[in-house]
Amino acid sequence: MSATGIGAAVRRKEDQRFITGKGQYTDDINRPGQAYAYFLRSPHAHATIKKIDAKAALAMPGVIAVLTGDDLAADKIGGLICGWMIHSKDGSPMKAGPHPALAQGKVRYVGDHVAVVVAESLAQAKDAAEAVKVDYAELKAVVDPAAAQKNGAPQVHDVSSDNTVYQWHLGDKAATDAAFKQAKHVTRLDLVNNRLIPNAIEPRAAIGEYDPGTDAYTLYTTSQNPHVARLVLSAFVGIAPEHKLRVIAPDVGGGFGSKIFIYAEETVCTWAAKKVGRPVKWTAERSESFLADAHGRDHVTRAELALDDRGRILGLRVKTIANLGAYLSTFASSVPTYLYAPLLSGQYDIPAIYCEVDGVYTNTAPVDAYRGAGRPEATFVVERLVEVAAREMGLDPAALRKRNYIKKFPHQTPVIMNYDIGNYHASLDKALELADYQNFAKRKRESARRGRLRGIGFSSYIEACGIAPSQAVGSLGAGVGLWESAEVRVNPTGSVEILTGSHSHGQGHETTFAQLVSDRLGIPIEHVTVIHGDTDKVQFGMGTYGSRSGAVGMAAIAKAIDKVIAKGKKVAAHVLEASEGDIEFKDGKFTVAGTDKALGFGDVALQAYIAHKFSGQDLEPGLKEGAFYDPTNFTFPAGMHICEVEVDPQTGVTTIERWTAVDDFGTVINPMIVEGQVHGGVAQGIGQALLEGARYDENGQLVTASFMDYCMPRAGDLPSFTVGMTTTPCPSNPLGIKGCGEAGAIAAPAAVINAITDAVGHEDVAMPATPQVVWRACQKAAQRMAAE
Amino acid sequence: MYAFDYHRPKSLRQAVNLLAKVEDAKLLAGGHTLLPTMKQRLAAPANIIDLNGIAELAGIERKGRAVVIGAMTRHADVAESPIVQEAIPALAELADQIGDPQVRNRGTIGGSIANNDPAADYPAACIALGATIITNKRKVPAEEFFTGLFETALEEGEIITRVSFPLPSKAAYMKFPNPASRYALVGVFVAKRGAEVRVAVTGAGADGVFRVGAMEEALKARFSPKSLEGIKVPSKGLNSDIHADADYRAHLIGVMARRAVANATGKA
Ligand SMILES: Cc1cc2nc3c(=O)[nH]c(=O)nc-3n(C[C@H](O)[C@H](O)[C@H](O)COP(=O)(O)OP(=O)(O)OC[C@H]3O[C@@H](n4cnc5c(N)ncnc54)[C@H](O)[C@@H]3O)c2cc1C
Repeated sequence: MSATGIGAAVRRKEDQRFITGKGQYTDDINRPGQAYAYFLRSPHAHATIKKIDAKAALAMPGVIAVLTGDDLAADKIGGLICGWMIHSKDGSPMKAGPHPALAQGKVRYVGDHVAVVVAESLAQAKDAAEAVKVDYAELKAVVDPAAAQKNGAPQVHDVSSDNTVYQWHLGDKAATDAAFKQAKHVTRLDLVNNRLIPNAIEPRAAIGEYDPGTDAYTLYTTSQNPHVARLVLSAFVGIAPEHKLRVIAPDVGGGFGSKIFIYAEETVCTWAAKKVGRPVKWTAERSESFLADAHGRDHVTRAELALDDRGRILGLRVKTIANLGAYLSTFASSVPTYLYAPLLSGQYDIPAIYCEVDGVYTNTAPVDAYRGAGRPEATFVVERLVEVAAREMGLDPAALRKRNYIKKFPHQTPVIMNYDIGNYHASLDKALELADYQNFAKRKRESARRGRLRGIGFSSYIEACGIAPSQAVGSLGAGVGLWESAEVRVNPTGSVEILTGSHSHGQGHETTFAQLVSDRLGIPIEHVTVIHGDTDKVQFGMGTYGSRSGAVGMAAIAKAIDKVIAKGKKVAAHVLEASEGDIEFKDGKFTVAGTDKALGFGDVALQAYIAHKFSGQDLEPGLKEGAFYDPTNFTFPAGMHICEVEVDPQTGVTTIERWTAVDDFGTVINPMIVEGQVHGGVAQGIGQALLEGARYDENGQLVTASFMDYCMPRAGDLPSFTVGMTTTPCPSNPLGIKGCGEAGAIAAPAAVINAITDAVGHEDVAMPATPQVVWRACQKAAQRMAAE
Repeated sequence: MYAFDYHRPKSLRQAVNLLAKVEDAKLLAGGHTLLPTMKQRLAAPANIIDLNGIAELAGIERKGRAVVIGAMTRHADVAESPIVQEAIPALAELADQIGDPQVRNRGTIGGSIANNDPAADYPAACIALGATIITNKRKVPAEEFFTGLFETALEEGEIITRVSFPLPSKAAYMKFPNPASRYALVGVFVAKRGAEVRVAVTGAGADGVFRVGAMEEALKARFSPKSLEGIKVPSKGLNSDIHADADYRAHLIGVMARRAVANATGKA
């Protein structure tokens, strides 16, 4: 391993720029003559719009335009789309209501976009927005998805009388029912996977620009996948043909999924730029992010696990109601279906699984993918069930897991997935050792002496990453393929530019991708630049989410590098006057086998461009290659997280005393960056388990609409993490990579809740397990013990 | 934010004159409450009188058996003051638990008291310690100053200049912070001075800070955490919100009061 190659903990190249304030975020960009957009948002969760009167607003100083849904319709601008078709059990397609970028006749959640005011300054736009008179007829709202399905509930969209978008299922119902008939023990749980608000540090932003000279648009925006944004805005929304729209996603300050989606604001800014003849800029305020960024999770689940008398799992039955919010966001339909149920087998050999999912409209912000997307929800179901089953049956939770782990690979689960490799015993054993499990009882006694309750919780998580084989996802309803592209441009001086279709918004691609290139081409890491986030530079790409950039994006780069080397060999053969078959490439040198004749990588690059040593008939000049990589399978990162908590029974305050993570991510390019991803993911998972929870009141007002009420995890809420690794290189990935971006967020919630329930006498505890929730559980346990 | 005229007086007199002269004016101290409400367009004063240029309003002094703190003194300065730490350590500890470093370095005691947020910390200290709020016009005992939710005895044209805290023989503040905002979900300030004992509760009361008579009586008999065992605070009249309902708050008042007394008696 070289100091900058694969496996080296190279310091992040991009951090110099970020920590010295030299990053270029969308809001840092200002275009000549730009005007400012302010969105007038619905104060009501559900209302019809009878009239919008903008006369007074238009007369205010600095106001350039006030645009509404009627203007969109007049320009034949289409609505936003959901790019994944889900079919119900009965074969019918999902019922998707219209999703105009500005409301047309009706608003469906607080924060819904009613009109946009474009003015010379943001303050003027805000002032004018107050003068826009909107005549609403308020309707009753529904925020609870189960209530939304009931007779007589307010109807969010005309297409679905019971607000149900789909009633989907996966697995074998008959086989699962049969398994439950044979069971000696059945564990039942009612679980809520709490709704989360993403809160990337950089709020969303967009600048739309139109050049009448070329009749072309440019959109600068906070996107995790600029090419998909361009595709949607051109092919579906119809703002401009694809070749007349350039989308630039510059430095982006975190996304966690929330910046995958194509939202109303960037759509409107792009369209409005031509209408007003000025660049139009919008930057969300944090309050807008709370109201109108896609939220995450929000499941209500009844889950049942069937076991034999020795604790072997026979079957799993799950019924989930998923709140999809007021509109179907870009990938909303897939998250509680194909990103969820196929992971319900966890790390276990479960013969029969049946899962039903109802996707439901409510008068709340749209819900879509958020770090982990479906997989945290699945892990929470499986790992809570296994934990409770172990406690109910008087078995050690680690032992019960071991008894049921999959041991042979490849393993076909009853829910689509074919796990290619893993070693779940290894990660469990290592985690037990790192967590000093054998002395837990001693620590528990010591806590008890101080009047504290200590508990330990496990989470054996699995996820499907490397999203995804295009054919496979196509057969499941995806509207796009999920390959990735790369281009390797070698300059005449031997430095290299990598163009990738994935997008970095904090993950450190500029470093890890350069490490791969440095390793493969044997050139210094300083000679490599990574370019992404501009549809004019990178031909096409699917973007970054689902921990896919390493497994899919880097695989594409590796493929392109192989082509560069192959071409380099041809060049070298001409220069060294040897046959191409005799040229070897190693450590940055082309050599003639068995001789000391050699050419450095830079020399070959120069020769490729000056083209003096070969004729155009024999070989094309230049050294630049591209590749598309389509994975052959999902990848399956997995591991074991162990959480140890202490609870103050008098107040219900939980403190996390120890955290042990042992993950199997396959090949690791940069262990420091990977560890950072684990830390961040675990922090978010702990946030979900202990602190975060979006709440709407019954009228559909978001109660947790600021950081004063919505609690994000802070450093002080977190322990120092112990992070370990076990490795089974991924056989279905050319680099052996599985992916690491979401693992922590997937594993953590179940580990925390399992630990708290262990501490408080196995009472169920809902997320977020706030002090009040935990205190009540302590009270209940005390009452139960007194009664027993 | 709406447009407003900005004034920066150099002396208390100038400030008082301005307040009398200009229409619809608001005093600006640390701005940590006022500015967010203005940004959200919930407040729209025509004039802002910034108190930050008035040196005489800030500072901490020991005056006989009292500590006197200027209205414009930042929470961080109270927390770090050797005078406060020596004379009333519980007050320094309280200031050190307000919000986060940004809030502590801008927010002021005068602004906090004038605002009388039901979840603010200082009102509990003022009541428990028997503080006197001094304005440009008069001296108001804390008991009479906090009149209700975000309501005080301050009259038009009145500016808080100082707060005087008599020295207790024993005192402690125990705060249970709201995990999101870090304001008090429940905060209990216990103080003993001579034969008098006061127990003041913030964060919990629907009308703001209040005293718990039953606890005070019990502690007068014997100043020990044991004296509080079995004393239940009724949940009626307490706040219920998404973070804590009234029952839980009532329970926390008991826990925090016992811990405060333990702390004040050095038994924590
Ligand atoms: C994130 C956050 C967390 C916080 N956490 C806590 C906490 O844990 N505990 C806590 O107690 N507080 C907390 N606060 C409140 C903060 O500490 C300040 O005390 C509070 O905002 C008011 O003080 P200020 O100096 O900022 O006043 P300003 O916002 O400037 O003014 C507040 C009000 O008081 C008036 N006023 C100001 N000075 C005077 C004066 N001398 N005479 C008369 N009227 C005056 C103003 O006109 C205005 O109406 C928090 C605030 C924030 C933003």
